[in-house]
Parts: sequence; C-alpha cells; structure tokens
Amino acid sequence: MSRIEISKVNKYYGEVHVLKDLDLVVEDGDFMTLLGPSGCGKTTTLRVIAGLEAPRSGTLRIGGQLAADGEVSFNLPPAKRGVNLVFQSYALWPHMTVFDNVAFGLQIKKAPKPLIKEKVTGALGRLHIAEFAERYPSELSGGQQQRVAIARSIVSEPRVLLLDEPLSNLDAKLRIEMRSELKRLHQELKTTVVYVTHDQVEALTMSTKIAVFFEGRLVQADTPKGIYGNPVDIRVADFIGNPKINFIGCECSRDGDTMVVDSVLGRMALGNVASRNARFGSIGVEPASCGAASILAVRPEHVHVGREPSPGAVRCRIYSALPAGSETLIQAAVNGDTIMAKVIGQAEFGQDEEAWLSLQQDKLNVYDKASGRIALGALA
Amino acid sequence: MSETKSAAAPSPAGLGRGRGLTKARNVLVSLFTNPYNVISLVSIVVLVYLIVVPLGEIVGTTFRWQPKDSRLVEGAVPGAFTTYHWKAMFSGDTARAMLWEPLANSLSVALCVSALSLLLGGLIAWLVTRTDLPCRGFFSFLVLVPYMLPSWYKALAWITVFKNERVGGNPGFLAAIFGWSPPDWLAYGFVPTVLTLSIHYYAFAYLLISSALSSIGGDLEEMGEIAGASRLTILRRITFPLVLPAVLSAFILTFSRAIGTFGVPAFLGLKVNYYTISTMLYASVRNRQTVQAYILSLVLILIAVFTVYLNQAMIGKRKSYTTIGGKGTRKNLVSLGKWRRPILAALVAFMVVAIIFPVAVLLLESFLERDGIYRLDNLTLHYWAGASKPSIAEGESGIFRNAAIWRALGTTMKLVLAASVIATFVGLVLGYVISRGRKKASGRLIDQVSFLPYLIPSIAFGAIYLSMFSRPRLFIPALYGSLGILVLISVVKYLPFSVRAGTSNMMQIGTELEEAAMVEGASFGRRFRKIVMPLAGKGFLSGFILIFISAMKELDLIVLLMTPATQTLAAATYSYAEGGYHQFSDAVITVIVAIIMIVYVLAAKIGKVDMSKGLGG
Ligand SMILES: Nc1ncnc2c1ncn2[C@@H]1O[C@H](COP(=O)(O)OP(=O)(O)O)[C@@H](O)[C@H]1O
Ligand SMILES: [Mg+2]
Repeated sequence: MSRIEISKVNKYYGEVHVLKDLDLVVEDGDFMTLLGPSGCGKTTTLRVIAGLEAPRSGTLRIGGQLAADGEVSFNLPPAKRGVNLVFQSYALWPHMTVFDNVAFGLQIKKAPKPLIKEKVTGALGRLHIAEFAERYPSELSGGQQQRVAIARSIVSEPRVLLLDEPLSNLDAKLRIEMRSELKRLHQELKTTVVYVTHDQVEALTMSTKIAVFFEGRLVQADTPKGIYGNPVDIRVADFIGNPKINFIGCECSRDGDTMVVDSVLGRMALGNVASRNARFGSIGVEPASCGAASILAVRPEHVHVGREPSPGAVRCRIYSALPAGSETLIQAAVNGDTIMAKVIGQAEFGQDEEAWLSLQQDKLNVYDKASGRIALGALA
Repeated sequence: MSETKSAAAPSPAGLGRGRGLTKARNVLVSLFTNPYNVISLVSIVVLVYLIVVPLGEIVGTTFRWQPKDSRLVEGAVPGAFTTYHWKAMFSGDTARAMLWEPLANSLSVALCVSALSLLLGGLIAWLVTRTDLPCRGFFSFLVLVPYMLPSWYKALAWITVFKNERVGGNPGFLAAIFGWSPPDWLAYGFVPTVLTLSIHYYAFAYLLISSALSSIGGDLEEMGEIAGASRLTILRRITFPLVLPAVLSAFILTFSRAIGTFGVPAFLGLKVNYYTISTMLYASVRNRQTVQAYILSLVLILIAVFTVYLNQAMIGKRKSYTTIGGKGTRKNLVSLGKWRRPILAALVAFMVVAIIFPVAVLLLESFLERDGIYRLDNLTLHYWAGASKPSIAEGESGIFRNAAIWRALGTTMKLVLAASVIATFVGLVLGYVISRGRKKASGRLIDQVSFLPYLIPSIAFGAIYLSMFSRPRLFIPALYGSLGILVLISVVKYLPFSVRAGTSNMMQIGTELEEAAMVEGASFGRRFRKIVMPLAGKGFLSGFILIFISAMKELDLIVLLMTPATQTLAAATYSYAEGGYHQFSDAVITVIVAIIMIVYVLAAKIGKVDMSKGLGG
C-alpha cells in the first residue's frame, strides 16, 4: 500500500551534490529512521519523499505509484502523494488557532464542517491537547506545539508520515515521553513512518528499520539490532553506541573457514566466517577480504575485565574505573592501547591495579582499514 | 522551496513517447504553471518596461536629431544619429549657463549639505544614544519630524523671513519688523539652500549613526575598558571604526539625495537666477528644450549612480542600506555634567528653529491681508475662509471655500492612498519573489531592477515619464493629465523602499510555513492569501505609512507632470508661491503639515510603526 521505493536518486543544490545514488526501500508499515550526522542529507531525503524537492535523476515510488522521475523532470505535487510532514521547526501557522492549524488541510479538501470538527477533535484528543483547540501556537509550550504539529500531520490520515527531528527542540524528559507516544501512534495508525534524527538512542529505541547516512550516501539500511551488532562500515560502528565502540588495530588472515586475528590482545581464531557473514547478503552488502591492515571493533559491553587470569585473557592495567550506579565504565591499558569496558554492577577496581581482560569473540567485528568495510561480522 | 519543479500537471514518462520529449513537456509545464515563475516573469517584464525602457529611450533621444533641429541646425536629419546635443551641452555657447554653473552649484550645495547634515545628525545621534541628556526618548521622536515634512516648506519660511527688495513685492519679516534688509547672499541662493536642506537631510545621518551607535553593545566597549584602554582609545579604536561605515553611508546617501533635489533651490534660487541642475532641468522642460532636459537628467542619474557605487565599493554591499541590528545592551552613558543644561537648551532651540519656527512663520503670514505688513489691522481670515473679493488676490477665495483646493485635496488623497496601497502591495509581491528567489537569477534581477528608481532623481524621473507617457504606448493609453500617471510614477519611484520593506517582511516568514500548507494541498493563491498576507500585516502597515507620508509631501516627482486638473496640494502650494500668492501657499502647506503630523503621530503611537526605517523621499 504505502511502500516507498527510492532508486538511484541524485539531488544537487546548485553544484553541491547532496544525495548520491540513493537506493532505499521503506516497507509498508515500517518505522524507518534516517540517521546520520548533521548535514548528511537526511532532511533532503525527507523533502524529496514529500515532493518539496525534485531529484535530478532517479525515481521515487510511493505505494507503487511513480511520484518522481528525475530523468523526465516529473515531480508529483506534495498534496497528491498521500504524505504528510512534521517540520523540525513545527511550522505552525502563528496566526491560526490550534484548531484551525489542524483543520487547514481538511478545509482545503473541502471536507464537510461536521466531519472536520470530528476529525480535528479526534486528532487533538489522540495527542492529549484537546483543551488547547482555541489557543494560538505562541500560547503553547514547546511540547504542546510539537503535539499540534503531529496532530496536523495525522488528521488527514496520510499513507506516509514524515517526521524531521521532531524531538530535537524538546527537553530531555519530554523527549523520552514523546518517544513512547510516537511509537504507540505508529502502531495505532499503521502508517508508514519515515523519521529523521541525529540521535542514535532515538533511532535504536523507536524504529523497525534504520538507514544510516554519511555525506549524502546511504551506508546501511538495517534493523536496529543489525545496525548495532553488525555495522557494515567502520563509520557506522563509530557513530552508533554510547560509550563508543573500541577500535583496535590488527592483522588478519584467512585459514579455511576461520579468520586469524593478531592484535595487542594476542592471537584470536574467529571461527565459521561463512555463518558470521551470512546476513550481509540479505542486506545487499559484500564483505571485504581481510588483510594486514585491519581493525578489530568491540563494544565495551563485550569486553570482560576480571581479577583472575582465564584462558585467552591478557594482562592489563586499570587506568580508571567510573562507577555509575547500574554499571561501571572501566578504561584499561593493554600493551599501549586503551580499551573501554562496560561491566554491569559496581566493579571495584583501584587505579593502576592489575587485571585480566578478554573479549566476547562471537561479538567482534573486523573491518578492512583502507575501505572501512566489514570483513567479518559478529554473530547475532 | 522547489516548486520550480513540481508542476501542476506533469506526466510520467509515456510509453510510446520519447523520454526527451516528455522531459521537455514536463519542464515547460512546470515553468508556466508555477506561480513563482509566472510572477517573476511578469515582474521582470513590467519593471523593465517601466524603468529600463524609459531610461534607454531618453539616452537614445539625446543621440538623435529632433524634428525641430532641422530648422535650427543645417544638415540635421530628424531621427539620424548625432552627438551634436551632447557636444552643444558640454562645450557650446550655452554650456556655461546651462550645465557648468548649475553643476557647480549642485555639487557645492550637495557637498555642503552632506557635511553639515553629518555634523548635525551625528552630534544629535551621539547625544541621544550615548549621553545622559534628559528626555532622550522624546528627542528621538522629535528629530525625525523635520524629515517627515516637505523640505521646501522650510525654504518658503526662509523666504518669508529673509526676503529683501531684490525680487520686488512686499518685504520679508526681518525687513518689515526690524527695518533690516538682509543681503542677497543670505536671502537667496547658495547659503539658504544649504541651510534649509541640511535641516532636512540631517535625519539620514541621525538615523544611520544612531542605529550604528546603539548597536555597539556596551560589552564591546567594556571589553576595551577591561583591557585597560582609556576612554579616548576606546572611542578611537572601537567605537569610531564601528560607526565609520554608517558615517560614510550617511554622507554619500545625503549627497545623492541633495544633488537632485528641486523644491528648495526652486523656491530660493529661481527668482535670482541661481540654478542647480535640477532647477535648470525644470526650466528646460518648461522651455520645451527636451533634449537638454534629458541630458541634464542623465547627468543627475550618473552622479547618483556614481555615489551609490562609491558607497557600495567602500562599505560593502548590504551594510549601507540595512543598519546593523541593535541589541540595545546596557551602556554606560557619558555624563554631560555641567554641560547638560546648555546642551539641552541648544537642542531645544534647534528643534524650535527646525520645526516650530517655520510652521509659525508661515501660519502667521497666512493671516496677513497684505504680506510683509505685520500689523493687527492687517490680520484677516480671508486666505483661509474668505469669499472671493476682487480687491484681494484677483478674486481668489480662501482655501476652505476654494473649489480648486478642495479638488486638490481630493486628488492628493486619492493619489496618496492609491500610490501607497499599490506600492506596498507590489513591494510585498516583489519582496516575496526576491526573498524566495535569493539564490536564483530571477530573484536577484528583480532585486536590482527595482532598486534602479533610487538612482533616478525625482525631477529627472518626472521629465522621463512626461515624454514617455504623454502619448499612448503598448497597452497604456496616453496618461498625461490623468491621475494615473501620478500614481504610476509614485509607485515606481517608491519601489526601492516598498520592495526593501516587502523583502525584509517576507524574509521573516519562514518558507516552511508555506511548505506546510503546500503539503496540505493549498494552491499558491490560497497560500498567499491565508498564510503570507496575514503574517505580513504589520510590516504592511509601516511600509504603507512611510509611503503615504512621502507621497503626501512629494513635489519634485510630480511638478512636471501635473496639470490644473490633477493638481495636488503640494503642487498647489508651488503654483501659489510661484504666482506670488504667499498667504495661499502658506495656508495650503499648513494643511499638508497638519495631515502629515497627524498620520505620523497616529502611526507611531497607535500602529507602533518604526519610522526610523523611513529613508524614503
Ligand atoms: N536549500 C539548500 N541550498 C543549498 N544547500 C543545501 C540546502 N539545503 C541543504 N543543503 C546542504 O545539503 C546538505 C544536506 O543537508 P540536509 O539534508 O539538511 O542535512 P541533514 O538534515 O542531514 O542535517 C548540507 O550540506 C546542506 O548544507
Ligand atoms: Mg536536517
């Protein structure tokens, strides 16, 4: 019904190449988040889907219907695409009441008055702002304005709902509240949602799929779990996760179906390359071959630090231990490298204490240093 | 917004047709169904037709033999190319009288006016923004009043006071009361022209310098103090460099306005054969020396272009017109100490001389049955409300009983309302196109073309339109003698101001507000009516008021174009004064001043309109 298919889309602003050969499919009913650093082209992608920008080349289909074709300068007007958009700035019309803001689109479509009233009241009720119907936007708090903007975008029951960093202007507490609200809304309305954010936690908690962008290029479109556990590009690995993932320089070589990795942590034989890399085929990624210059990536929670030596563990020195209630962050020095570990609970290590460090081997990813591409994935 | 490409009825690639053809069709459809493009195109065509074409035509005319030349000059073929007119103007027998002397006068007047205005305006700006002078708020309102009133009413007042027997008629105020006949240099020509214009144009300098001064955050200077600089060093190293662009701008802008001004040198110079370029231009038109008038117009335009270019080159593109936005942070005001009272007194005295005195003098004179005779038994209401008396002013009745004056009032109100409504609306539409097309060639072109009228002094503009629209032209009937031409020229001449106001107004309306409506399916017309116009309301009012006031006092622009049937109040004043009926012109100007003051005060108090944006007229 409302599957979005973007293929080979290129978008330029003047001479600036903003979207580069973008291929992205959003399945019907998905909550797809576009994630990436500021300026990477997320908003532009959203605006292309909405019809506010026309691509120079490539095509866009919404629900099977052609919405834009750059080659023939075809661009369906926004109102005919069955989409609606929540702007980052909310873009509420300051001279209209909340009711009129929400009713505007229905009035344009010449819906009968009683129906407008019913729908607007319904949308306002759904977002718990029914009592503000007669107020002007300037008389509302940021969070309430946000709700009005969302109500305005859902009142006409669009097939696709586009949201551009809707929570970025809210304070931390409201943001968490709105996250679950939006997630519920998505499930209730069963529309396809494309959601833009630069906040990875937002992306990981809310989405069914995440598309990660860097410099106008889509780098990985995957489930939140896939993005977190199997970043296909070293930039994605670096961008996702807090505290940051550890990168350790390594050399690796192939031995049958095993990959042998040499690093400051010693030699590790990581088994069954085929099954570890199996899922990349399904998301259209070709793993790189590994070589002398590679990078081992491990998330802090997959690093174990203990007082007793164990098989495969290397000796390390505690640089700092930062207990934070439910967890403790430990920085450990190993042969000149510093590795961050996250352990559950209160781990009591003294400064410069000696300890033993080991990695959860099935959770490691290995990247080719030159291209930054994945060479060996983690097991899910 | 990329509506450029979202056509109203585009079609996906047809199966049977070539993709190239489909593309061409889609591009064309979107080009001509996109309101933005249509408006841009229409705007460019109209602007070119109303501004660039007339300019081109007068340039062309000056290089062609005219029909009447064939009788005067041997070998002249009407219509053929010639540089004769330019040569004659610049080096012929009459060059000295027609060009060089008026040019020297114009330049010296403009230079002196700029310097004096800068001194006055800068000093007052500093006093009002940076010192502990009492009643600063009140003064900041008052200092703009002289500028809101016509410049030439001060000239009229000057003549009334300083007139001597040179031009005949009854004596001036000084001669009548003190028996002292002022010397010619004080009564007419250069000195009074410079003084009266300076009392008018100092407002430019005041506005630019005061906003620059108040935009310099106190923190900038305090940082200097913390760094251990002395007050003088701070003034020299921090304050002055920050204000310098405004000072230069003020000088150059005043110069470019003063050089083309007509009313004041006409009142103070024509009777004693003291000509500036603008008054010579007026005389040439009156003598049907059209080509000479055109050349003089072009000389004025060139000087204006040069000064504005100079301004841009020295100060950088935008700074010269937009003032540096002020934050109004807390400042340490300079204490005037024991000078506080004397300075206050001097400022009050200046305001009295600049505002109250001229009005009072003219008002008084309007009650004198015979001008120049200041006696109780000479007082009369005749010029205001008297019935026609053959013994006075050849039977002309008092202005309130005078059908011609009532008609002029009607004409003026119609003209002023039509011009300000149309100009403001056009400014809004062009401002929309410019603000939304900042990155497009069309937007920049419209921006630049709509600025051109700024470079054409009013009197020259009038001369150009006089010949352009006195005969029917493409789509436009002969307009000479109709109110239409006055409205048209006013709208076009005020375009630089209305468009600038419209653009800054539109800049404040985020494109996303419109895009949100676009997503809802609102058409362009609907968006403009429902979103853009309501949000532009406040700016609309202040733009409207400014143009209203400028048009109300306008003389230079329309003096060549009006006919008895389309006389405005300002023009009536001029013809009464020209004919020697001083009391009548005094009475009419009093009415004009009253209307302007009422509008100014209402706008400032009720509409909260910021007059400081009004660098118009
Ligand atoms: N209207 C525009 N004109 C020119 N460049 C633009 C415009 N809008 C965005 N860009 C550029 O395109 C790139 C992508 O912008 P955007 O899609 O807004 O990024 P994001 O939303 O991911 O932060 C940025 O480099 C930005 O500078
Ligand atoms: Mg963005």
